[in-house]
Amino acid sequence: MREYLLGNVAIAKGILEAGAGVVSGYPGTPSSEIVDYLAPLAKERGIHVEWSVNEKVAMEVAIGASWTGARAAVTMKHVGLNVAADPFMTLAYLGAGGGFVACVADDPYCHSSQNEQDSRRYAQFARVPCLDPADPQEARDMTLRAFSLSEEFGVPVMLRPTTRVSHARADVEVGPPEERRDKPGFEKDPARRVALPAHARPLHVELLDKQPGIEAALAKEAWNRAEMRGEVGVIASGISGLYAEEAIAGMEADLSLLRIGTYPLPRKIVGDFLERVDRVLVVEEMDPVVEELVEMVAKERNPDVQILGKRSGHVPAVGELDPLTVINAISEMIDLRQRAAPSLCPEALSILPSRPPALCPGCSHRAAYYAMIKAFGKEAIFPNDIGCYTMGVGMGTVDTCLCMGASITVGAGIRFGGEERPICAVLGDSTFLHAGLTGLLNAAYNGARMTVAILDNSITAMTGHQPHPGSGATAAGDPSPPLSLEEICRSLGAGFVETTDPYDLESTIATFERAKAYPGLSVVVARRPCVISAIRAGVRRPRLAVDVEKCSGCKVCVRFGCPAIEFDGKVARINALCTGCGVCAEICPAGAMEVVR
Amino acid sequence: MRTSECDVVVVGVGGQGVILISEIIGRAALKEGLSVRGVETHGMAQRGGSVINHIRVGCRYSAMISPGSADVLLAMEPAEGLRYAHYLSPEGVALVNTTPVLPITVTTGQASYPAVEEILDLLRGIASMVRAIDATGLAARAGSPQATNVVMLGGLARYLPIGGATLLEALTESVPAKFLDINRKAFELGKIEVE
Repeated sequence: MREYLLGNVAIAKGILEAGAGVVSGYPGTPSSEIVDYLAPLAKERGIHVEWSVNEKVAMEVAIGASWTGARAAVTMKHVGLNVAADPFMTLAYLGAGGGFVACVADDPYCHSSQNEQDSRRYAQFARVPCLDPADPQEARDMTLRAFSLSEEFGVPVMLRPTTRVSHARADVEVGPPEERRDKPGFEKDPARRVALPAHARPLHVELLDKQPGIEAALAKEAWNRAEMRGEVGVIASGISGLYAEEAIAGMEADLSLLRIGTYPLPRKIVGDFLERVDRVLVVEEMDPVVEELVEMVAKERNPDVQILGKRSGHVPAVGELDPLTVINAISEMIDLRQRAAPSLCPEALSILPSRPPALCPGCSHRAAYYAMIKAFGKEAIFPNDIGCYTMGVGMGTVDTCLCMGASITVGAGIRFGGEERPICAVLGDSTFLHAGLTGLLNAAYNGARMTVAILDNSITAMTGHQPHPGSGATAAGDPSPPLSLEEICRSLGAGFVETTDPYDLESTIATFERAKAYPGLSVVVARRPCVISAIRAGVRRPRLAVDVEKCSGCKVCVRFGCPAIEFDGKVARINALCTGCGVCAEICPAGAMEVVR
Repeated sequence: MRTSECDVVVVGVGGQGVILISEIIGRAALKEGLSVRGVETHGMAQRGGSVINHIRVGCRYSAMISPGSADVLLAMEPAEGLRYAHYLSPEGVALVNTTPVLPITVTTGQASYPAVEEILDLLRGIASMVRAIDATGLAARAGSPQATNVVMLGGLARYLPIGGATLLEALTESVPAKFLDINRKAFELGKIEVE
């Protein structure tokens, strides 16, 4: 059956076709749509699909399922694998039971990420095979192969799409979902399941011994293929292989092309290719993983071949590629004139206003930040975290952003480092449950004098509104046990815990002031459901309008930064984006904001 | 040699329904047995930010259209049309909705929004042809300004290597039944506008 599918949906369908029994993950762009697609199907397919609390947890749940004989998949974005690196590295030794696939989506150019780390390095590091799809069809095909490869060699397998594969759409050939392929339950086998030193040592040897077999098995796959057309060649991996194929076809150039789709690198294929060319360009995004291996193979098979790529400056070392960049890299190699990459003309550049993403109209984070600045002052230090609320950077309440959960821990470090000004660390509910709990415990234990603000909108909003333990339901839609952030914070050791509704500005400012005055670790839970969730749930609040007679044109509301508030030269105006939060009415010194009844 | 029959860059503001356009064209292409590729903006940039989607009909390579090579620029918003105008090939056509959506930098007074005519003039210097369409107005006439994207799709129809009837069939499958009439009207109004 041929369907027009998003890359991540193609992967999800591949997981169903493989008969997987358990799928877990933590949301993160560009990986989220895999579990998003599967969760509503969990019940009818009789499989377990979950949004886990974080990536480490997700991976361990999938590992347990695999050790019980189920085919299991875990999904995350590249930086999520940092969180899950601990189980991932040792799982490579202990091995999989039922097929185990870790789908780790990379984000070249940091479209929605804090770095552009290359997960192929992790696969190399752990000695785990990695499949690198070029498009949604390969993503689906590789998902199926990843499960069978995992079972053939008893190893976890990484599937590593990038943003332009996960969020690409294409006509994809897919098959029907299969029944769960479970084997009988958990088998006790301490030598393979208990990572004691005495077990780990032989398992490390075993893992190394598996490598040649894995390499040979993957070398046979069509994702690694050479087309010889002359003594100048291109070696390109993953999506770069498609760019190179298109570039060569478009240029009508007689160039040999070797496409790489699997790791460990098929060294024999690479060596055979290198023997038949005298100059080769290695094209890949992110790290020079293939380039370094090609250099090693060349030493044995053809030391005279000229290797161009990132090291020679032909291929950009950062960001993402596109067909034109590859055409130009090839042109430079074969001494053709390069095509200038068209860019925005200077006249356009000079008149176009920038359009950065912003907090939504009516987002309670904006109100919480407004109150926070009022209470703490601009001189306070505001360590921040990963989520929608990082977009508040223009409001002066985002001083640091490092990784999930680091607001509290970095904030404590800033205090211990000698900073005397007030510190208010900010993170969201999903991020707090993901990696903030241990940080808060540590801050309490070690006596950090600071405030922690949990901006609780009851959902993982940034990545597409996935539920978490504070949302009240699981991914599959089952009700979950009630959870109190306040009780958690108290039991972790916070001496002051108060809750406020950010739409009630006066009370929120007062709450922050009390938290600031508290001589220890204080927590403010600023609670208000995400405005998008509220609108989807049918909540409608009366909109506001400006009484132009009363408006003094002071721009206090305009500087608040709500996209629903405009300035028409003399007075403020409220546009159709207004969701009726009413916060602007609270900050207007002239009392000019009126509720439209 | 051309490596795609028709390359379209669809641009606008997060929330303007750019993804639906890709969905409909993809379905329609599939019905006509054409290979199709697309790529979308998800995540950060969707929160009222600038978005760009690529759609390639009759293409077997990647979904990425390089700057300087798009056949059509479909802009749901004038400033966004200009922002991505360099994706057009010298022979390329720009279809532009003339209703601005003000960015936060403008509403907060840090920047100003240029006159739409000034934007169109600059576009005329880049594209081989510019079709300015009051898509938001036409959508309102069809029954809802929300259907602006479908008006623009109607305008795009004649530039795609896909039959109008097939597009309409794909549209029918892609929108909720209760909004079907509005969307069909919006599609027709857009189509008539460029004919």
